[in-house]
Amino acid sequence: MTLNWFKFASPASFYPLAGRLIPLFWSLTVALVLVGLYWGFFQTTDHLGGSNPQKEYYRIIFVHVPAAWMSMWLYLVMVVWAAIGLVFNTRLSFMMAKAIAPTGAIFTFLALWTGAFWGRPSWGTYWDWDPRLTSELVLFFLYIGYMALHAAIDDIRRADRAAALLALVGLVMVPVIYWSINCPDPNQCAALHQRSNLTRIDGNILFSMLTMTLGLWMYSFATSLTRLRGLILERESEAQWVRELIEHGEKQR
Amino acid sequence: MKARQKRLAFVALAVVGVSAAAGLALSALNSNISYFFSPSQVLAKEAPADHVFRLGGLVTEGSLKRDGDGLTVLFDVTDNAETVRVSYTGILPDLFGEGQGVVTKGRLGTDGVFYAEEVLAKHDEEYMPPEVASTLQTAHAEGVAESAAGVSN
Repeated sequence: MTLNWFKFASPASFYPLAGRLIPLFWSLTVALVLVGLYWGFFQTTDHLGGSNPQKEYYRIIFVHVPAAWMSMWLYLVMVVWAAIGLVFNTRLSFMMAKAIAPTGAIFTFLALWTGAFWGRPSWGTYWDWDPRLTSELVLFFLYIGYMALHAAIDDIRRADRAAALLALVGLVMVPVIYWSINCPDPNQCAALHQRSNLTRIDGNILFSMLTMTLGLWMYSFATSLTRLRGLILERESEAQWVRELIEHGEKQR
Repeated sequence: MKARQKRLAFVALAVVGVSAAAGLALSALNSNISYFFSPSQVLAKEAPADHVFRLGGLVTEGSLKRDGDGLTVLFDVTDNAETVRVSYTGILPDLFGEGQGVVTKGRLGTDGVFYAEEVLAKHDEEYMPPEVASTLQTAHAEGVAESAAGVSN
């Protein structure tokens, strides 16, 4: 079987494909999140040692870090689709970008929120204007701004392009968030937030963290594709295939 | 140039521009718009004299003392080069301890003591069970000393 990828650039053929993929991504999400959380809550140490003597509450890491990673990754994916849309004027790419934004915003919020609950016992404050925290907050505003700008413009094609430009300009934040902690010379970036170094994390903790990351990634696929199907139906509502779909139901297609 | 190539060039230009902006932002972070000042910087009078600023460093081992009222604590913050005495009234965070990193916010008094309104504990990126961590402890202590010495540069 020769697979023609460009076939799926058309909303009419991507719609049923997305419909078949969504249950798959949901089952992967449930399985991975259950394994990740079980392992994280019951198979890891109760206390951390050394210079990081956190007690049970370090387990917020299993939600916090995957959510923070996904917030940055989804922004990159969103910008890539927005850029493809700008260059090739493809309808589906703009819809992809728009479908990803709410999930990205949720993960950014989740990272900030769980981080606040983590910061209170360990650092002694819910919030501080440290470079990492501030840049993550700006990323949250970028997601909100993207969605708000899109909603504020009535003409869908103009809204797509304007919001895509905003997303593209906002790309500036992703390296800033990353290097606000992990800059080449650690002594130059004075921050409250700890640096990240996967080699200095216990195997059990790392396993749960990575499993949860995969789980949240699958969740992003599931929700974005669901949202994408809604967008396709909405925007193609005048097309023949959507009318047939509504008349005959999905099974006959 | 076709319209599509123009748009591609435009997007490429935008990405280049955005990367340049990110580079500038990072170099600003690097030149240290000072999230906190180190004790050496404070003693060299680089920190603002009558403004609130942050002082960061390590709590000197054996320097933690409680005042008679039981609420005020005194401790030394060091970057392994210079030391500043800090006075703070309030509840210390869970991870506060001697030899640990700390970020305090407050004013420098005329007596050379830093009067903190807020004390935040820093912790590091190591997530290890206690038994593994203790074997790594020596290596860590050396690393902290190195990085603290680096802050003063």
